[in-house]
Amino acid sequence: MDKVKVIEIKKSVFAENEKDADALRLELKEKGVYLLNLMSAPGSGKTTTLIRTINLLKDKLRIAVMEADIDSDVDAVKIKEATGIQSIQLHTGGMCHLDAEMTRQGLDGLDLDGVDLVILENVGNLVCPAEFDTGAARNAMILSVPEGHDKPLKYPLMFSVCDVVVINKIDVAPYFDFDLEKCTEYIHMQNPKAIVIPICAKTGEGVEAFAAWIEAQVKELKH
Amino acid sequence: MHELGIVFYIIRDVKQAASENHVDRVSAVVMNIGEVSTVVPEYLTDCWRWAADKEPLLAGSKLKINMIPAVTYCENCGKEYDTVQYGRTCPYCSSGNTFLLRGNEVEIKEIEVPNN
Repeated sequence: MDKVKVIEIKKSVFAENEKDADALRLELKEKGVYLLNLMSAPGSGKTTTLIRTINLLKDKLRIAVMEADIDSDVDAVKIKEATGIQSIQLHTGGMCHLDAEMTRQGLDGLDLDGVDLVILENVGNLVCPAEFDTGAARNAMILSVPEGHDKPLKYPLMFSVCDVVVINKIDVAPYFDFDLEKCTEYIHMQNPKAIVIPICAKTGEGVEAFAAWIEAQVKELKH
Repeated sequence: MHELGIVFYIIRDVKQAASENHVDRVSAVVMNIGEVSTVVPEYLTDCWRWAADKEPLLAGSKLKINMIPAVTYCENCGKEYDTVQYGRTCPYCSSGNTFLLRGNEVEIKEIEVPNN
């Protein structure tokens, strides 16, 4: 007789999270709340981009922000001070990403009454957040010029799950030999449908295109 | 770097499977890990040791890993090839019209329980 008994499981580790995420997505749709999951590497200018974008949209949409970080509340405070909108800080307790359950807990901490758009600023990281569905309606990411135009080749999963890729710090492209055309080609190799929006969050150049994309998305969800 | 998070998911799923099967002790968990799944097996087993030993159900249990080689299929010429070596471009016909057949798994294959 065998010393051990084997119980077959044959189940993806991500299966439970995907179920939670689908349930959350459906609930949010019924409530008319559009959740955008925004991802990037640390230092790409996520918070600055968000402030610009929110200031363009806040008269048209009711917006709330969830800032996910391993520690500190600097981003949530910065967003609140610069835009006046509702923002909360989520701590992942050392985890490198948010999953659907953590996202749900974050949403429970917001007053969603009348809110049209919630932006989740995920942990700065190009690997793990791409693997864990948060339950967001859409995924967006910011790639900044100093990171290099080859990043879509190095982090294929991140680029394949994103519906829109914002390329920030476009003003310094000449100094970094950043090739926007090549970058766009690499992004489309991972995801032919991805929309690429070059911006400069510092000057505001191009940000209205990102804001317009979000506004159209929110309107579409409400239909 | 996300291996600890994945270990927590494995523990949650194994606990559920153990309770469904009325098992109170697990001696090993067998994983299928794809070659291009972005999971580093050595990190996963290190994290497993740290986290599993805190659970009475799993204390001292082994995490066994089956690596699944990554294979890509070319829709243009119908051939299969090694993903790690050639990436998304088919080495036979240079087409980019390819998709991953296997090698992306992060899956619990089975659990082993002591047979009393």
